[in-house]
Amino acid sequence: MVQPLDTLTETASQTAGPYVHIGCIPSFAGLGGIYPEDLGLSPVSDGAKGEAITITGQVIDGTGWALRDAMIESWQPDAAGLFPGQAGADPAVSGFARFAADGDSGFWTLKTVKPGAVPARGDAMQAPHVSLWITARGINIGLQTRIYFEDEDNTADPLLKRIEQRPRVDTLIAKRTGPGEYRFDIVLQGTGETVFLDI
Amino acid sequence: MTDLGPLVPRNRAAHPPAYDPDYKTSVTRSPNLPLLSMESTPSEEHGPRFGHGLIGALDNNLILNWTKGAAPAVGERILVHGRVLDEFARPVPHTLVEIWQANAGGRYRHVKDSYFAPLDANFGGCGRTLTDEAGYYEFLTIRPGAYPWPNRANDWRPMHIHFSIFGHSFGQRLISQMYFEGDPLIARCPIAATIRDRSQLDRLVAPLDMAKSRPMDFLAYKFDIVLRGRRQTMFENKPEGM
Repeated sequence: MVQPLDTLTETASQTAGPYVHIGCIPSFAGLGGIYPEDLGLSPVSDGAKGEAITITGQVIDGTGWALRDAMIESWQPDAAGLFPGQAGADPAVSGFARFAADGDSGFWTLKTVKPGAVPARGDAMQAPHVSLWITARGINIGLQTRIYFEDEDNTADPLLKRIEQRPRVDTLIAKRTGPGEYRFDIVLQGTGETVFLDI
Repeated sequence: MTDLGPLVPRNRAAHPPAYDPDYKTSVTRSPNLPLLSMESTPSEEHGPRFGHGLIGALDNNLILNWTKGAAPAVGERILVHGRVLDEFARPVPHTLVEIWQANAGGRYRHVKDSYFAPLDANFGGCGRTLTDEAGYYEFLTIRPGAYPWPNRANDWRPMHIHFSIFGHSFGQRLISQMYFEGDPLIARCPIAATIRDRSQLDRLVAPLDMAKSRPMDFLAYKFDIVLRGRRQTMFENKPEGM
């Protein structure tokens, strides 16, 4: 016998199921009033510095159908690339949001400020991005991905550079549809499948 | 800026695969292509923090929180308690734990649940709390009932409570389910069976904990949770550039 490792194993994930909103977005499930407000209603409060933006999209399954029961969480730094708690970070940016795909249309919306660039490990800088975590019925472990922006310089981003098939980079780039407006669809499976991360 | 240390890469074999045809909904919701793996960055190593100001007095008491204390929910009264640790067995203090569940009859208070078991007028089904200094949490609730679901022709979910845990970084985010010791439906459940490693599934099954039960009041179940750890960076070049 070799020496035992004194490490533990991470608890196994399970699907969030179709009723995830009860616990995470209670007002959406019909439990309004149980808390003063749902957690993560907005990643920014009034006066947040930077460019106000709205990102809209759908989460689409392998048949092309938009999920009506997905829950998404987003996490980002402020316009200067600082996360809450870091010295000099914008106090009006909590950085965290939680939102659901609409029960009828499957559309979700994230209103935020455009994040600044963040360092990577080593000397590199990461292009501005919003991190996403996607859960739903049928998703056994939350899917991680990122939103980058087509009007930023993404050429030196260390994560995007790791994607071997260059056309797949495009699946992580939000398309500008108007002033401060972007479209970002998440394709779970098949043609145009979004790059998901193990990070 | 101090380096928070990279997250320990996920051992994906400890988790369910994305695609498992016995859990039918996963068939069209699982990526076909491999995940892109790389070492964590500050984007995953930071995460939201929630303070005590967020938590109301009854938020971890599902027996009373729906009626604001006016009337208790119907069902088997239980304490669910445990500890949140990381892979190095270090406690994860002051982290947000959220739960949701069906009522004693297996009915969810959700606009989309149409199971004909009735709602309990005194039960909402969601709760939240922060772990303490040493990573401990507790909830008072009623034991949820099993319920049928449209998967194979006669599938029933075991009694379970959904858990959502934040940890201290966005890359530690985890959602899972707690099952109850001795429930014969666990072995028949295609969602539980998405976990390939039997010992990993066993760790989702909370044992009856008589030592924590209160006589003439409630039974108790213990459910410990392990999140990803952070690697020490003693011998690495730290990006101190900020």
